[in-house]
Amino acid sequence: MTAPENRLVRGYLIVALLALAVGGLFGPLQALNWAGLDLYGLIPGLRSYYQGLSLHGTLLVLVWTTFFIGGFLLFVTRQSLGQPLPRPGLTWATFWLMVVGLVLAALPLLSNDATVLFTFYAPLKASPLFYLGLGLIVVGTWLLTLTLGLAYRRWRAAHPGEPYPLPAFMALVTMLMWTLASLGIAFEVVFLLLPWSVGLTGGVDALLTRTLFWFTGHPIVYFWLLPAYLSWYTLVPRHAGGSLFSEPMARLSFLLFLTTSIPVGVHHQFTDPGISEGPKLLHTFFTFVVFFPSLLTAFNVAASLESAARRRGEQGWLGWLWRQRWGDPVLTAQLLAMILFIFGGIGGLVNASLNVNLLVHNTAWIVGHFHLTVGSAVTLTFMGVTYWLLPHLLGRQLWSRGLALVQAVLWFVGMAVFAYALHNLGLLDTPRRTMLGAAPYRLAEWQPWLVLVGIGGVILFLSGLLYFVLVVLTALAGERQPVPAPAFAETIHGPADTPRAFDRLAPWLVVSVVLIVVGYGPVFWQVLSQGTPPAAGLRVW
Amino acid sequence: MERRESYLAYLYESAWILPSVAIPVGMLVALVLTAFAIGIHLPGQTATVDPRRLAQTPPFDRPGLREVRPGQYEAVVIGQIWSFTPNEIQVPAGATVTFIATSRDVVHGFRIQGTTVNGMLIPGQVTRLTYRFTQPGEYLLVCHEYCGVGHHGMYGRIRVVAPTP
Repeated sequence: MTAPENRLVRGYLIVALLALAVGGLFGPLQALNWAGLDLYGLIPGLRSYYQGLSLHGTLLVLVWTTFFIGGFLLFVTRQSLGQPLPRPGLTWATFWLMVVGLVLAALPLLSNDATVLFTFYAPLKASPLFYLGLGLIVVGTWLLTLTLGLAYRRWRAAHPGEPYPLPAFMALVTMLMWTLASLGIAFEVVFLLLPWSVGLTGGVDALLTRTLFWFTGHPIVYFWLLPAYLSWYTLVPRHAGGSLFSEPMARLSFLLFLTTSIPVGVHHQFTDPGISEGPKLLHTFFTFVVFFPSLLTAFNVAASLESAARRRGEQGWLGWLWRQRWGDPVLTAQLLAMILFIFGGIGGLVNASLNVNLLVHNTAWIVGHFHLTVGSAVTLTFMGVTYWLLPHLLGRQLWSRGLALVQAVLWFVGMAVFAYALHNLGLLDTPRRTMLGAAPYRLAEWQPWLVLVGIGGVILFLSGLLYFVLVVLTALAGERQPVPAPAFAETIHGPADTPRAFDRLAPWLVVSVVLIVVGYGPVFWQVLSQGTPPAAGLRVW
Repeated sequence: MERRESYLAYLYESAWILPSVAIPVGMLVALVLTAFAIGIHLPGQTATVDPRRLAQTPPFDRPGLREVRPGQYEAVVIGQIWSFTPNEIQVPAGATVTFIATSRDVVHGFRIQGTTVNGMLIPGQVTRLTYRFTQPGEYLLVCHEYCGVGHHGMYGRIRVVAPTP
């Protein structure tokens, strides 16, 4: 990697880490508020629980993820193709555009002018800067897709007849899926929210904006998850000392995500009026379909881990499960992320189930669920990735492997406690997105679980603190020494066994568009044909 | 790769893929069967209403409970920052209540604890939900969608009373 490329990836990483630090800070405050301990006075200038919650959600799920993924996918593409990234001017412009977007969105968040949570449901009306900033970040991600596309074209021209290398293929598929998915939020922001927030239109169709939001809002979770899968498929087998079991199955899994990730968003709107049960059932169906490539991933990654243990002489049927390199924080963080994700995935099926969803919709259950997915499967994996990526980029050894292990285990324990309590609270009808510490209706049966939420939150806070201590000490005091990037895993069932169709993109993109039309056609027909009377914007915070 | 190993790999893959398809399909079938057999329904398309003209638009001009047939009730509810109108509803045990609800301002939630009543109140849209209250007791009604700084104070009660003999 060239020095400017190194700086570019570092740039993405720094922004991501800053977002994680600031956004993460509010997590323990929220958890402790639920447990009955209000520490909001500690943050000068913070106006409300909900301003903190808006910062927490926006910075973590929209900024930490997006910037980490940007840097990671550029790095993976560069390493996997062994050719410089195309158009350095474009890649830097992309980065700065996203940073400008972040600053514009962060200003109103910090000044309490965008206390609308990360879903910004209209008619809650934030400062136009907030929508503009988010829009610029989305445009930045499209330019990232363009960069990966240009790299693809150049590599293809130089290597006729060869299959596109798996890691770069996965990076590109992730960005293509996201680009299609992001059209919903882009349309919502550019054509509805921005004109309305600057006063060009008097009201907004609240149902339409929600529907556009969730068009993007569910597949965005696959945009977070697929880079973690990329690590599990192409790097974790190497960390574990084995090989990837099956490349064709890995490609199939990503291509299925590309084609079926998007027509699923209405499962966030099962309890919305204005959309009938037919299209809702269709989105249940598609969400169950997306479960399939995750099951493929579970098998493929587990088989790869098994190959590693067998290589070390493991003979038994199940002994390979624990005969792993638990002393390596890079691997351990990601294995623990996988374990938590099993429960996240199962909970996701509950959420996607048409009427079972009624028991959990907008309860604490959902909060528990997405802390197991984006907060564990994704975040803990990215933490594990940091432990090799950061030393490699900086040319410094990780400051302490032992502490990194403690950090990963603490995150696992904290999240297990936190999510278990939240799932139970959800089944007892505890509402999410609510300052429960001040709610007059708190029920006695919630109390023990609320305390457990607080305990989990504190453990997570300690783990997060440790993570940043390690990052900072590695950057400042890690032993200076070139640290090679891990090579991508070899395959057992490899490129030679890969059908040609699994190395192509255009036909799968066509299928994706067709499925979007099938899944979302009836939804948008219903939403648009009703003519929901517009609602005036309000600032209620 | 050895030919034999390659076949084994296909065998392993198929052995995993088949149940991976069968499990979600089985769950889907169970889901659809229960949806229709037990009849648990979601809010769907009902009607639209101008949120600025609720006071002039039936039924929202008269929020509250009325008995439409013996044992069958309609409860017209408006959500607004940060309360429900009405915020207390009393029905006899065994009553079937259809909630007809909407929002006057921003998006609100409508969740009655321990029941299947769970819906969003979206300005401009009418949410219809039906539930039969069999057990006497006090049911908590909460707004479960963020609706501003007073959101955590938005709640109500459904009192289900045993019929007097």
